[in-house]
Amino acid sequence: MSSLSWNAVGPPSLPPVEGLHAKMNAILKHIAGSERLIDVRPASRLEVCPRPEMLATGISALDELTGGLPRGRLTEICGAASSGKTTVLVTALAAATRRHENCVLIDASDSFDPSSAAKAGMDFSKLLWVRCGTSLDAPASSGLKTKTLNPRDPRGTQKKTIVEHRLEQVLKATDLVLQSGGFGLVALDLAGIPQKFVRRIPLASWFRFQRAVEPTKTALLVVSEFQCAQTCATLALKLAALSHQPSRKPTHTQVFEGMRVETELLRSRLKRKPMQSVKAVFESKAVSAG
Amino acid sequence: MAFACIFVPDFPAQAIVRAEPELRAHAVAVIAGQPPLEKVVSTNEQARRAGISIGMTKLQAGLSGEVMSRDRSELQESAAHCALLDCAQSFSPRVEDAAPDTVLLDLSGLEKLFGPTPKMARGIYRRASQMGLETNVAVASTLESALVAAHGFSGVTVVPTMKEAQCLGSLPVEVLFAEEADAEKAEEFLQTFHRWGIRKLRDLASLPEVDLSERLGQRGLELQRKARGMGARTLVPGDPPLRFEEAQELEFPLVLLEPLAFLLQRMLEHLCARLEARALAAQELRLELMLENGRPSDPALTGFERTIRLPVPLLNPQTFLKLLQLDLKAHPPGAPVVKVVLRMQPAKPRPGQNGLFLPSSPEPEKLELTLARIAAVVGGGRAGSPALLDAHRREAFEMRRFTPSAVAFWSAVIESPVAREALKNSDSRAPAPLVTALRIFRPPVDVKVGCENGKPCHISYSKEKQLSRKVLWAAGPWRSSGDWWEHDAWLRDEWDIAIEKDGGLALYRLVHDLLNGKWMLEGGYD
Repeated sequence: MSSLSWNAVGPPSLPPVEGLHAKMNAILKHIAGSERLIDVRPASRLEVCPRPEMLATGISALDELTGGLPRGRLTEICGAASSGKTTVLVTALAAATRRHENCVLIDASDSFDPSSAAKAGMDFSKLLWVRCGTSLDAPASSGLKTKTLNPRDPRGTQKKTIVEHRLEQVLKATDLVLQSGGFGLVALDLAGIPQKFVRRIPLASWFRFQRAVEPTKTALLVVSEFQCAQTCATLALKLAALSHQPSRKPTHTQVFEGMRVETELLRSRLKRKPMQSVKAVFESKAVSAG
Repeated sequence: MAFACIFVPDFPAQAIVRAEPELRAHAVAVIAGQPPLEKVVSTNEQARRAGISIGMTKLQAGLSGEVMSRDRSELQESAAHCALLDCAQSFSPRVEDAAPDTVLLDLSGLEKLFGPTPKMARGIYRRASQMGLETNVAVASTLESALVAAHGFSGVTVVPTMKEAQCLGSLPVEVLFAEEADAEKAEEFLQTFHRWGIRKLRDLASLPEVDLSERLGQRGLELQRKARGMGARTLVPGDPPLRFEEAQELEFPLVLLEPLAFLLQRMLEHLCARLEARALAAQELRLELMLENGRPSDPALTGFERTIRLPVPLLNPQTFLKLLQLDLKAHPPGAPVVKVVLRMQPAKPRPGQNGLFLPSSPEPEKLELTLARIAAVVGGGRAGSPALLDAHRREAFEMRRFTPSAVAFWSAVIESPVAREALKNSDSRAPAPLVTALRIFRPPVDVKVGCENGKPCHISYSKEKQLSRKVLWAAGPWRSSGDWWEHDAWLRDEWDIAIEKDGGLALYRLVHDLLNGKWMLEGGYD
């Protein structure tokens, strides 16, 4: 009815400008005197956020560079294939489990190797390994019907690729784990997922994860080949392999001894950004090298 | 000495209403017997007001449109009786199972625990009400007085000591025969009393004993003593077994999971209330469903059973319901359900106090739900803790249930010197061995390999051009074999190779299966 009367009569007559100013002043005064707003502090007087507790990664060079992984924050480690990012992930998980902290590894490409993790000293009883991926099998159809139809796609014409399915599982599992709480380190291993799919993870998801861990003592670690968490990451590191050569021995006894990894600090909200690139180097040893 | 009697009036009707609480506001008539001679055996207050009486035929009861008629259910009566026993056991260890609808208990010496007798009686009434039973509770100094008062007065009654005759005097003589098994004999006595003009217990109590004995014998004197609140009956305490089971037969088969969830919720609430009354928790849930047409795979199989084992004893009906829902979604029964039986394995509840300086650990209730939800997302058996097997073959590990037990671990450390020493030796601050991690390809990538002097010099993979490269260097081979006495024997050479990828080097583990001659990339070093 109101729209009809508007069309019929035209816009209502506006109050005079002076009267409007007086009304605005009165409203501003009312807001300033409102009891609800008395406790609101101006931004200039806000307290500095306390430095978060740090979780040692177990790699001394990395801990010296960053201080460890911040609890209640999101840390991102990226690097190309064979850059040492999985080594950092496994070592950090091993160090945390050896401190009797419960940890979660959400493995997007189901590529975690328990035997090399055991060599790194991981306590498996403290690790929850979520293997995303191949389980595309839905419950068998039955007399008891469950709502399986997608309301946006009732005929099921849009089929998801396996990678998209894996990423969906990663996001769901991460949400569930973070809501559950009580874990010391939650690691998302997105390595092996193509860049175009990783980039599709909405920024809102990263903000949600960051908000979920903020009031907790959980350190959230994301490992991928590309930067994906963007501004949500409190700490971002980039890894690159400096060298990985077999030993200089006769051909039939050549052994792959390990990797020399360079770590570059891309982003840190914990301290002032350095003027020049800060790097650290560490070496890892291959299992076969003894 | 103080005794209490808990009596459930209209027990068959109450057992039905307990299982279907929405009937509480309706008139309910319980029907039993072989068709077409089915008769009303029990009614609730609303049905009596609607004119339904015991002994009416099903047709007569059905004439009144507002009455809900239900078949008598032994399963539900058994569950209600167990709940009654649990209610009594939560107050006193000395409990006599007098009848399906009557329980006697000894309250001597319990004042320090539960307060004065009237408060205790109200507590018993409240606990029974929580278990879905509307009861009459009577407390008296003798068992007979408590029994008669519970059958005669509704609600909570406390019979004062030495004033039993006065208190019970206003009750009709019919209450004396509430426990009488021989209905004909009871009817005979009642007719005699009515002929004499005796309607109330006080009339019977005031009769001269000798004259009464001459006319009705010892039985008459016994009834008179009962009417006076005197008695020589002793409590015969029993030790009822810990059986936590609820069952329900459905009038119409359930096709959807949602209504089944409503049913399960009700059953879980009852079971949890019973466990709580016994200060216990559940260690295992077992759900049995009777299917209408049998399973799709085998129509002869009409039973469907699911068991959920909990790592720690829990007592939260909401958690149990969610776990059952997730489990049924993952493993649907496959046919409409006609009967539901839910059992719980009792266990002592876990200690709730965590250490002040312990690392944070997920709450067991939340963790169970989280694990079940994750399993629903990624599939069963794909979320847990890996455990290495004592074998050298590839992928020698198994997935186990993730059960972090910080409290148990630290209590073991505190109590056991050996565990304390082991913890001391395994210093967490000691530098960890920095091992180059391997990322496993599941399944392995089959590649074609060109060799030069017995060493791989080129690999090619048809689906990914980046993997079709010249091998920059190769270290190896490492030969391993095993299980030669089995069908799945294995013999292979492992190489560590480097190829160029994205402007850098990528390291892979290349495996040559010597039994079938295939080359495959097993994983990448990262």
